[in-house]
Amino acid sequence: MTESEPVPLSSPAQPGPAQPDRWAHLRRHTDARIALGHAGSGLPTAAHLAFQAAHAQARDAVHTPLDAAALLAALAERGWPAVAVTSAAPDRATYLKRPDLGRQLSEESQRRLSEPVRAPDVALVVGDGLSGTAVQANAVAVLEALIPKLQAAGLRVGPVVVAEQARVALGDPVGALLQARASVVLIGERPGLSAADSLGLYLTWEPRPGRVDSERNCISNVRVGGLAPAAAAAQAAALLGAMFAQQRSGIRLDSPAPAAPPELPGAGAP
Amino acid sequence: MAFAHTLAGTRHQFPDLKTLLARASPPRSGDALAGLIAASAAERVAAQMALADLPLRHVLTEAVVPYEADEVTRLIVDGHDGAAFAPVAHLTVGGFRDWLLSEAADAAALTALAPGLTPEMVAAVSKIMRLQDLIAVAAKTRVVTRFRNTIGLPGRLSTRLQPNHPVDDPRGIAASVLDGLMYGSGDAVIGINPATDSVETMTTLLEMLEELRLRTGAPIQSCVLAHVTTALKAMERGAPVDLVFQSIAGTEAANRAFGVSLALLDEAWEAGKALNRGTVGDNLMYFETGQGSELSSGAHEGVDQQTVEARCYAVARRYRPLLVNTVVGFIGPEYLYDGKQITRAGLEDHFCAKLLGLPMGCDVCYTNHAEADQDDMDALLTLLGVAGCTFIMGVPGADDIMLNYQSTSFHDALYVRQVLGRRPAPEFEAWQQAAGIADSAGRLRFDPAASSLLPALPLPEEQP
Repeated sequence: MTESEPVPLSSPAQPGPAQPDRWAHLRRHTDARIALGHAGSGLPTAAHLAFQAAHAQARDAVHTPLDAAALLAALAERGWPAVAVTSAAPDRATYLKRPDLGRQLSEESQRRLSEPVRAPDVALVVGDGLSGTAVQANAVAVLEALIPKLQAAGLRVGPVVVAEQARVALGDPVGALLQARASVVLIGERPGLSAADSLGLYLTWEPRPGRVDSERNCISNVRVGGLAPAAAAAQAAALLGAMFAQQRSGIRLDSPAPAAPPELPGAGAP
Repeated sequence: MAFAHTLAGTRHQFPDLKTLLARASPPRSGDALAGLIAASAAERVAAQMALADLPLRHVLTEAVVPYEADEVTRLIVDGHDGAAFAPVAHLTVGGFRDWLLSEAADAAALTALAPGLTPEMVAAVSKIMRLQDLIAVAAKTRVVTRFRNTIGLPGRLSTRLQPNHPVDDPRGIAASVLDGLMYGSGDAVIGINPATDSVETMTTLLEMLEELRLRTGAPIQSCVLAHVTTALKAMERGAPVDLVFQSIAGTEAANRAFGVSLALLDEAWEAGKALNRGTVGDNLMYFETGQGSELSSGAHEGVDQQTVEARCYAVARRYRPLLVNTVVGFIGPEYLYDGKQITRAGLEDHFCAKLLGLPMGCDVCYTNHAEADQDDMDALLTLLGVAGCTFIMGVPGADDIMLNYQSTSFHDALYVRQVLGRRPAPEFEAWQQAAGIADSAGRLRFDPAASSLLPALPLPEEQP
């Protein structure tokens, strides 16, 4: 085995003090770390080190910056107008300690979005959140599926706002300045061990500073191996349809598709 | 009321109780973020000394969130049991700490005292306690709850089996359920966080776990941790809802951010009780809390994050829950920065909830943007085990692939049970042997084919 190959979680039929589990075939149903085997009540060495390796990669992913220039170029290639903004958090270290700053626009960005535009029905915001990797991997694919659906539904789409050091609620001041009726924030979710590239979509009716989490609808785990970008776009379009019909969002929205954010304090929302 | 204390020639002043509590709180990033943290280590100790001199009964007269403006405060004040409080009513906060550590404070005395304590009292005393004190006192408490088995008996440590899957795939969830049951997990609850909060998802997953229960005779309870409004709709449609779940907070405004109120929780509790599904008891609510959630929704009302967390427990105890747990490291480094802060917070929450009479567990956990790792989790898990924590989470390999954070694994639970001599709930332990999961000596067999589980889960036969 070379150093670059993944370490197997357990090796069946290998004699020794570590005992493999007899249900390893069930791994085809889930990426969860099942059937790891055991050494006493602890993890076998290989499984223990595989975990440490995954944690190291996730730690590194949190600190990988979004390549905003590459993303803007990809948007321009598709003929979509875009505008780059930053939150009030000047760097990654401040961003991690001061989520309040990640929910506000920098002064320069406020000025940039205050230039007169024709108020869109839907503001689209792409933010790095806690994983620039997730945005890099999935954001354009979601937009490619979503924008035509919205246009076909007769909705006016604003310029794609690319935001660095962004939290979910940065979509509120963006939506307010653009005078948008609804917003969709595509943002990198907190990296896990097996998924450092998971994108979340947060949808808000009448995005304005002061909105609370229960007023948003969330589609999470958008990535290869999770919810496919096209499927996420279809869910988002359906939710937006319901929002425009009912003039509200979040837990008060009666929707055929997914509703409120996952139910844990913090909710993994960046 | 204003407070002051002179330390080394410097007079430190605190304009009101909530400021005194905040300045006395051991350091954590969330209080810094909120602008509530003590300006220096000396100011913190001065606040702790002033707090130690404060008569405990003063806490009853000065609300940290106004009575008129907050239904959680009204619940705390109106629900206070003066007779139960009487044995400690003459003490200062510092004297209360000494009493808690003394032999007079045994399990019976602490159980009788619980309705006489308020969240602010237990938060106050926790701020002048070391980890050792938080552990020693919590270990003396006894909180026992029942639904289909008995949680919290002496010498027991229960686990929530948490088989989450990123797209709620029933087979993927079933595979993790099997893994957990083979490793002895699941006596507190089999509890799934859904990726998609919908009545349909909730019903599908609950029906799968109901089938498992009915076919194997397992004395277990299930839960899909959707929003309480989703659970209400699912119950209306006849879904087999055992435990009713909700995340809760310590202020009315923060609960509003979670989309709940006491009236809504009352309605959900009544709906759950009406199903009458418990066999050995009717404790059926399951709450999750965690320091920082109030600040994260901008609804902490100027109260430090540990005190406002303790106020969650006043909400929880109204509903005689089967389980409460603090998801201590989930919220991120802006609230609890590193392993040291997470460790203290977990022990504080466990201590405060146990003193208030709650069946407190802890999701010993961290995220990848916090300064923490597996060593920190091992330390907190061991400390909580010694403190008599009611239950911990069991996640395959400690890696929750849906919520993207690290909790405790099935292996971790076996470790802490082994080193501390703890066992699962008695009904569950007996069933493990009957179902072929454990042998007649109670040792896990790690052999699904020898158990009754495989035909009861939607897992296809292995292809030859």
